[in-house]
Amino acid sequence: MSAAGCAPSKPLWLLAELTYACPLQCPYCSNPLDFHRYKDELDTETWKRVLREARAMGAAQLGLSGGEPATRQDLEELVAEARRLGFYTNLITSGIGLDVERIERLREAGLDHIQVSFQGSSEEINDHLAGTEAFRHKQAIARAVKAAGYPMVLCFVLHRDNIDSMDAVLTLASELQADYVELATTQYYGWAWANRDRLLPSREQLQRGEAIAHAWQERMKGRMKIYYVVPDYYETRPKACMNGWGKVFLTIAPDGTALPCHSARELPGLSFPNVREHALDWIWSESPGFRRFRGFDWMKEPCRSCDEKEKDFGGCRCQAYLLTGDAENADPVCDKSPHHDRVLAAIEQAAATPAEKPLVFRNPRNAKRISSTTVHETAPAAPRANDPGQPERSQT
Amino acid sequence: MSAVRIAPGYRLQWEPAQDCHVLLYPEGMVKLSASAAMILELCDGVRDADAIVAALLQRFPEADLTADVHEFLEVAHERGWLRTV
Ligand code: SF4
Ligand code: SF4
Repeated sequence: MSAAGCAPSKPLWLLAELTYACPLQCPYCSNPLDFHRYKDELDTETWKRVLREARAMGAAQLGLSGGEPATRQDLEELVAEARRLGFYTNLITSGIGLDVERIERLREAGLDHIQVSFQGSSEEINDHLAGTEAFRHKQAIARAVKAAGYPMVLCFVLHRDNIDSMDAVLTLASELQADYVELATTQYYGWAWANRDRLLPSREQLQRGEAIAHAWQERMKGRMKIYYVVPDYYETRPKACMNGWGKVFLTIAPDGTALPCHSARELPGLSFPNVREHALDWIWSESPGFRRFRGFDWMKEPCRSCDEKEKDFGGCRCQAYLLTGDAENADPVCDKSPHHDRVLAAIEQAAATPAEKPLVFRNPRNAKRISSTTVHETAPAAPRANDPGQPERSQT
Repeated sequence: MSAVRIAPGYRLQWEPAQDCHVLLYPEGMVKLSASAAMILELCDGVRDADAIVAALLQRFPEADLTADVHEFLEVAHERGWLRTV
């Protein structure tokens, strides 16, 4: 957000992952591969305390996500409390678990913004990817959101299996009269990492999709705003992940673990504090986990002496770890990184993977199967620890 | 001229932690200068640009803010912060 620089020492963004429960099973979900282990969710009162403490520290934006946040029966109560405290409240939902009445209740509770995710442009693609029949319901919910007076904000997570239907995706969005469309690219953590070979689109696919998206951007100017982000595997500089470690973003996982970034839990040798045991202020300012990659002192070369480090903070620690085995390395998306070839290799490996190879759907059965054997097995071509990942916000 | 108000989805509020007014919107926030905040507070869906100038003139009789107000309202419109009613 544009005010990111003004209070570097305090969080501006609180992401509350209320639950890992979700009726969908997207194979690109950024939830941890062993999400079934975290059943002990924070209760309503603890969430309210977290909201109060974060707000007192200056957090202004609240993301409510999951899993599917609408599976929490206390969602309205938490929204009301957040709004009372002065948060701008964003609900990030698949639409499942919402209906017209509930949207109205959330509106009355003061919810500011709803983003509805789609898996694809047609019933067939959507429901294949979501692993359940959800498409019609999502359409109804998108319309209901708009009818309730909210801008309609739709999010599509793009990958190899749906990027070729870009035109259909945007046609759907315009038929629904969306105000904003976020064309998000899959980020390779959690389940997406396990399915990377099957999900990473080719450069040709990407270029085709991008051209279509740009044409739509032109055509819909002033009517529907389309955001399109290039997937970082095809870039030569990394994204400024989280705007810097422990700088603006604070994520609280369903079990109360506080994290500086969505998948920080997959980094080895780090432990993260839990809001059940510590005050948020201490967690943010003092805890070793939040201080680990704050600032620039931890950096190795080439980042340490790089004049771009204040722009991208060396990229994503989790990506550095997943692809190079060392979280202190430069994010290998950067072409100054001596490991940049691993990103290129990942692209090649994906190109060599047949589309017939089955996707691993995100569900408790697969979670148990994966974590009872080993996580390594599903992870393509890079070392990883026994500790699986944790998302910033699920790619709903 | 038509009256203006803050667009749906946007919220003007005082942020103690920032020690300034901010405009909040989906997943974002802008910090506002004192004068920007003052003008936005007057965008109440009843006043038009002239009425906003008049209201400011009551508070600051020495200053002629007409040009500033019009310029700010134009920029604010472009950024989607405002709606005409
Ligand atoms: S070397 Fe490091 S700091 Fe420099 S551009 Fe690459 S990732 Fe960023
Ligand atoms: S990406 Fe979102 S909707 Fe899909 S399975 Fe994960 S939490 Fe559920």
